[in-house]
Amino acid sequence: MGKTHKISCAGFGGQGVMSMGQLLTYAGMIDGKEVSWVPAYGPEMRGGTANCSVIVSDEPIGSPIFDTGITTAVVMNLPSFLKFVPKVAPGGSIFVNSSIIKEKVERDDVNVYYIPANEIASELGNDKLLNIIMLGAVVEIDKIVESESILKAFLKVFGDNKAKLIPINREALAKGAEYAKKLG
Amino acid sequence: MAKVIMKGNEAIAKAAILAGCRYFMGYPITPQNEVPEYFSRELPLVGGTFVQAESEVAAINMVYGAGAAGARAMTSSSSPGIALKQEGIGYCVKGEIPCVVVSMMRGGPGLGTIQPSQSDYLQATRGGSNGDYHIPVLAPGSVQEAVDFVKESFEIAECYRTPVMVLCDGLIGQMMEPVELDHEPTKREKVDLSTWALGHSPKGKTNTIINLDIDAPNCERENFRFFEEKYPAIEKNEVRWEEFMMEDAEYAFVSYGTTARIIKNAVKALRAEGMKIGLVRPQTLWPFPQKPFENKKIKKWIVGEMNMGQMVPDVQLACGKKEDVLFYGRTGGMIPTPEEYIDFAKKELGGAK
Repeated sequence: MGKTHKISCAGFGGQGVMSMGQLLTYAGMIDGKEVSWVPAYGPEMRGGTANCSVIVSDEPIGSPIFDTGITTAVVMNLPSFLKFVPKVAPGGSIFVNSSIIKEKVERDDVNVYYIPANEIASELGNDKLLNIIMLGAVVEIDKIVESESILKAFLKVFGDNKAKLIPINREALAKGAEYAKKLG
Repeated sequence: MAKVIMKGNEAIAKAAILAGCRYFMGYPITPQNEVPEYFSRELPLVGGTFVQAESEVAAINMVYGAGAAGARAMTSSSSPGIALKQEGIGYCVKGEIPCVVVSMMRGGPGLGTIQPSQSDYLQATRGGSNGDYHIPVLAPGSVQEAVDFVKESFEIAECYRTPVMVLCDGLIGQMMEPVELDHEPTKREKVDLSTWALGHSPKGKTNTIINLDIDAPNCERENFRFFEEKYPAIEKNEVRWEEFMMEDAEYAFVSYGTTARIIKNAVKALRAEGMKIGLVRPQTLWPFPQKPFENKKIKKWIVGEMNMGQMVPDVQLACGKKEDVLFYGRTGGMIPTPEEYIDFAKKELGGAK
């Protein structure tokens, strides 16, 4: 049996959670995996939490949606934290944007990584890199896709005219990865 | 062509343009807004025409006009919008206007919700318009199939001179998946435009498209022609379905679209526990596939839909045993989980292995 990653990315609109999911999806395809991306497109997108469900799998994907059994959750704000932490499968990973979320995960059957993404983004001089920093941490720990594939995906998702942003995004991925690695 | 990742709605619009569709008329409604958005951006670049009509009724009648002139034309909408288009669809049937209607279903009835649903199965297959008629209804189960079926739909529409509906639940429109856009549709014989289309008549002849049949015997004759020639040909040539893990199955789910994908997970899980269960997935809802239901090894059929069981009568008719058909579904924009189908199958089929 191959591995199936069920990834939920959630946060406020504007934190880049939808594009984070799309980058993982595209990178997965570049790596030769089966992939799908589903947005939550209800009224909750306005003001509340935006989220998307991504599957990266070695096998053909049946249901592209999942409510529980999440293997990787990236939560960028408190409403997302409250909504998704209980839905992560035992043994799964939770990546918390600790710049915004002060709560701690009160489960001992999951691996939790607190990443101060806003601070790291400020250090890099670009607040928009928030999602890429989180993605760097995710890829370092859960090995869902190759880090280099994310950068290839970047041009697919954002367009070839964004090529000049590749170096800073490469740096952001590395920073996120480095921070997560230290957390072990 | 390499695979690209596209949102279902955009992929549908792109597939239509690749299939030669140059006229799109529509009116916005969630969850299919990326379809008109894509056309509005891309159609002018290939010399096509995009019209945001003043209403759904206007849009389908503009499609009637473009189709009557032999152009590849399309409209799309979601449930309440498709309800408004029904009159026009019936007119296209009577005028034998080839055209494609994409229906991206959301929860109903009425204005309902914007979340995915399959509650317009009956509207599509039984017709919300008046009169004796059928239209081919294709139900894709993935973004790739949506792309392929849109291309096929234009071929079917022109071969039989009929409106064709591509019926998707909203999730197919919203999700992103890898797609190959260069699959060629099966080429079908096309009715020569000079024999019927406006503006294509040969010298000395005038093509006309008439919807009002003053003469009842003639209207009956035309209806007989549809039901004795056109529809049997479509039933014979265009029916399609997928069978999943059906080789040794003793029980079977019947489902289409996103629900069929959800059920594939359930089938795999139940198989892992030793239950001999499979899935029949109709890809055309009219014509409804009959052959897979001739399988006499199947003890129970479980229909799964995002509605209150609209396909159940078709399955009962096809398998011929009303009491052998069970149903589980969610409605109003709620999406069932694989676990719900696993639990339902275990409960209803008891300790069946």
